[in-house]
Amino acid sequence: MAAAAEPSIGLRFEKVDKRYGAVYALRNLTLAIAPGECVALAGRNGSGKTTLLRIASCLTRPTRGTLSFSGVTENQNPRAGFVAHAAMVYDELTAEENLLFFAKLLGVADRRRLVHELLCEVGLAERKDSLVRTFSRGMRQRVAIARALLANPSLLLFDEPATGLDPEATSWLTGQLRELRDSGCTIVMSLHGESQVARLATRAVRLDAGSVVADTRSGATFQSVFTFAGA
Amino acid sequence: MGLLSNAAALLGKEVRTEFRSRELLSTTIVFVLIVVVLFSFTFDPTANESHRFGPGLLWLAFLFAASLMLQPCFLREQVNDTLSALRLAVSDPFAIFLAKIGANTLFLLLTELLMLPVFAALFNVSFRGQVSGILLTFFLGSLGISVAGTALAAISAQARMRELLLPLLLLPLLAPILVASTEVTVSLMGPEPFMQWKGIGFLAVFDVVFLTALWLFGEYLLEE
Repeated sequence: MAAAAEPSIGLRFEKVDKRYGAVYALRNLTLAIAPGECVALAGRNGSGKTTLLRIASCLTRPTRGTLSFSGVTENQNPRAGFVAHAAMVYDELTAEENLLFFAKLLGVADRRRLVHELLCEVGLAERKDSLVRTFSRGMRQRVAIARALLANPSLLLFDEPATGLDPEATSWLTGQLRELRDSGCTIVMSLHGESQVARLATRAVRLDAGSVVADTRSGATFQSVFTFAGA
Repeated sequence: MGLLSNAAALLGKEVRTEFRSRELLSTTIVFVLIVVVLFSFTFDPTANESHRFGPGLLWLAFLFAASLMLQPCFLREQVNDTLSALRLAVSDPFAIFLAKIGANTLFLLLTELLMLPVFAALFNVSFRGQVSGILLTFFLGSLGISVAGTALAAISAQARMRELLLPLLLLPLLAPILVASTEVTVSLMGPEPFMQWKGIGFLAVFDVVFLTALWLFGEYLLEE
């Protein structure tokens, strides 16, 4: 499942502002993410992590500035796999119906097999016929992760991916992300504090008041990005 | 996947979720039934009055029902932010509108067809021999209500006073549909029934104009 066969996608935010009324969610943000990087975004609540991810997924337009993608080939699907705060799945459909529906929209070939495999991987094969409405927060998150992986995306955006997951599911997610990272998929994830998932990151970026205040790839400062953010 | 196949998949989902929960249909049918019964009690019309006022009251009831039915159309997509998932998945955002319009038209038509015998009994009118004309009028009228209503539902879903905004925008905008549909229905219910093609033409033009506008500008309505 975790095989990004397509070449990775890079992102470049250039002097991006995002304003909601008078409030700036992002302010003059410039950030370049190279293809294949695994970036952890840290920062306090309201620092702009979610807004950055929504702009990266093209769901939200910047008020000012530009976002450009690099490495997108002609036949490549530039759409990102996105796991947000909300599960982005339908309560009135079963787990399997949800995944089959989104797989159909995405034009996934052999979707029944793929959906079955994903449901097995996220540990929901036995509950595949249950309505999502009956699922716990963690189970919904598993369906959301499976949905994001459906089209084998070259860019994955995760907004606090481990939220609601039990240790077993967090370990599965960590393994999955490691495979994706190693296969060259570009991953951007927002995180609160140092965690099992955070250790996968090859780069940590801390946001504060909508701007980048720390950007590190390794060394002692890497951990401090999360320590500060969690404080 | 192309526009039409995306729209078909989305329409299938809309129909499946609605027939599974039956929330929207049952509420709307009960609402229209109450309105039609109340109208008949309030006016207690004679046969002559029924022919003159009946169709207007009927279409007014459909319009009220539509404002109720269209409200959750995009609000439901906000519960789990599924609209974002749809926007990420479809190749053309117009597919989302096409599916919503298709589903709203279908549900509205179903409500109208269920209400027709009730209305005929309460207002003592007969549609016999005019079924094809009635079906065509209902279809074009419902399509017009759904096209304009779906666009407004997308706009109002992002507004602060969303529950109040939709009827405020919808009812004045749909006044031309109400007038044209009523006139055509009156002509079909008269003592010497005939098809008023001018009204049918107006309804068709209204539908095409709003559908084209939605195709051109719909994408902006879905943006955050």
